[in-house]
Amino acid sequence: MFRSNVLVCGGTGCTSSNSEQIIERLKEEIKAQGLEKEVNVIRTGCFGLCALGPIMVVYPEGAFYSRVTPEDVPEIVSEHLLKGRIVKRLLYQETVVDDNTTKSLNETTFYAKQMRIALRNCGVINPENIDEYIAQDGYAALGKVLTEMTPQEVIDLVLASGLRGRGGAGFPTGRKWQFAAASKAEQKYACCNADEGDPGAFMDRSVLEGDPHSVLEAMAIAGYAIGYGLLGKNIFDSGFDFDIDIRLGAGAFVCGEETALMTSIEGKRGEPRVRPPFPAVKGLFGVPTVLNNVETYANIPQIILKGADWFRSIGTEKSPGTKVFALGGKITNTGLVEVPMGTTLREVVEEIGGGVPGGHQFKAAQTGGPSGGCIPAKLIDTPIDYDNLIAIGSMMGSGGLIVMDETTCMVDIAKFFLEFTVDESCGKCTPCRVGTKRLLEILNKITSGNGTLEDIDKMEELCYYIKENSLCGLGQTAPNPVLSTLKYYRDEYEAHVVEHRCPAGACKALTNYSIEADKCKGCTLCARNCPVGAISGSVKQPHVIDTTKCIKCGVCMEKCKFGAVVKK
Amino acid sequence: MQKRISNLPFHDTPEQAQKLDAVIEELKGQPGAVMPALHQAQDIYGYLPMEVQEKIAKGLDVPLEEVFGVSTFYSQFSLTPKGRNHISVCLGTACYVKGADKVLERITQKLGIQPEECTEDGAFSLTACRCIGACGLAPVMTVNDDVYGRLVPEDVDGILAKYLA
Repeated sequence: MFRSNVLVCGGTGCTSSNSEQIIERLKEEIKAQGLEKEVNVIRTGCFGLCALGPIMVVYPEGAFYSRVTPEDVPEIVSEHLLKGRIVKRLLYQETVVDDNTTKSLNETTFYAKQMRIALRNCGVINPENIDEYIAQDGYAALGKVLTEMTPQEVIDLVLASGLRGRGGAGFPTGRKWQFAAASKAEQKYACCNADEGDPGAFMDRSVLEGDPHSVLEAMAIAGYAIGYGLLGKNIFDSGFDFDIDIRLGAGAFVCGEETALMTSIEGKRGEPRVRPPFPAVKGLFGVPTVLNNVETYANIPQIILKGADWFRSIGTEKSPGTKVFALGGKITNTGLVEVPMGTTLREVVEEIGGGVPGGHQFKAAQTGGPSGGCIPAKLIDTPIDYDNLIAIGSMMGSGGLIVMDETTCMVDIAKFFLEFTVDESCGKCTPCRVGTKRLLEILNKITSGNGTLEDIDKMEELCYYIKENSLCGLGQTAPNPVLSTLKYYRDEYEAHVVEHRCPAGACKALTNYSIEADKCKGCTLCARNCPVGAISGSVKQPHVIDTTKCIKCGVCMEKCKFGAVVKK
Repeated sequence: MQKRISNLPFHDTPEQAQKLDAVIEELKGQPGAVMPALHQAQDIYGYLPMEVQEKIAKGLDVPLEEVFGVSTFYSQFSLTPKGRNHISVCLGTACYVKGADKVLERITQKLGIQPEECTEDGAFSLTACRCIGACGLAPVMTVNDDVYGRLVPEDVDGILAKYLA
């Protein structure tokens, strides 16, 4: 038994800001102080509050240290671990009640409204130690399934729970399993889709890094439920064998689509194929296959152990359970959050997310990545679930939630996503391959100030054509960023074509920087920082920007302390 | 995305050739072997020269067209050699809305190269990637295995200078 446990976040964000060096340093210092038998250092998965990384939590006190640097480590070891004095300057200020008391992490606004099912072990256990997983009821669900339940009872339980696919489309998981179970074959596959290609999303990665056993356990359960499972032989002495293999993708957004993913696992170009036949009938290597997303699987063991009624008591009627979101963009608490379905966008953005920083205004939230849409500020009280998001022209998607403020141009964002889909269209079907390219051309025309009102109408028509005629999910949803921004921000599109103006000041071709003479103090800061020497003026005299030289990088505006540089 | 294909002459060392042979030997006959073979070949050579793709096709007994089809399809496979230092700027949505495009612009100005290009002295190569999953630190760039987050364009000069020392 150890006197103290030090948990250091090893999630992507914290690792990227040196948590590995912190762990090394901790081990060295602990050894130097002779505490190695008393203090245990554990590298965990993602805590979720990436904005404050690198994160370290010391138990039993529960002291939550944020933005720790390797240089802080000796102080933490000699003060806290050796002498029992918490290093107050490094505590996350939200957890500090007064000089002598701190509150638990779960009482802070970031965590209070969250409910962790898929992420329950992330930031709690050492993901690479199976004993820690087992101590958290790990593999108890598989044991229950194999010894007490028939495959059909497992499927019925998953069906009754109402669990829907967390990859984005929201298809009932139990039904998928039912179809695959009904197919007769010598061999079947249970696949886990971890090809997380949505830019701005890192949910599945965090589950796999932070709690891999929950996914492995669920895959074995799925294998048992659909029948003929071939991890390991004779699991729990039950006669059930299950083997697992990891196939590495190589970066292709379309591989999030199930048929494309299977083609990719087969080692080929990840192009989708026509359904039917559905994977449940003819899937990977031609045999019946059930394919679920990482987060979907991570819910399964808890559903088996706690039951369908428990799961249904969380979330909304048609979307039971929770959803993990990767919260990013113009928001204070960037990170990973898991909330019950039906939580409003306002709760996620303003309470959990801590609002938009820098005195800016919330303008929109983008969900569903390149397949989704923008939710405008006026709809901020929408409860988030599958059906509500579809109704307002967006979609759940895999869980990327990017917050935008008034400096984000919605036409530019639509263009950003179309550049992505044009790159990622696999090229197999014409509506998607050619259609998305034509959409992007029109968007480029508009953002460069050469668009017409007719272009906007033409673009809208093309969007519906692509949606209706594309082969797979990528093409069918590719126009969504355009359609949703057109729906809520048509005035911005019109400002670009009619007034040749970008209201957000983001589209370079339509924006010019200038210096207001009455505000300029002639401090020369802008001129010294201009990378192309476009600013001239003498000391203590108003400066001028030469628009023919200006590359519109905005450095002058950022540097000016008097607000004299304006963008029009 | 249109892939740039290198026209630099291909050189390999006996060790590299030996490693590739071992990879092919191990994967031969396995279903779906092309992708794992390309992944490992890229680890050995740093990119995928045509000669290597030809060797894989021959060794695995699949048409070259299929190997080339796969190598050009996935964004993580590179057909051009990288510089001594490889810079990757994340243009995922979270990074983009926080001004990653301005960071990229500063780098292209500073180095005089565009994404998917390499500086003439071979010191730096540059790519714009789609999300490395460190969205909490946006905007993010990587140089080799080092990650730099919460960037502003002014940080670029100092970061690049570290690698020229």
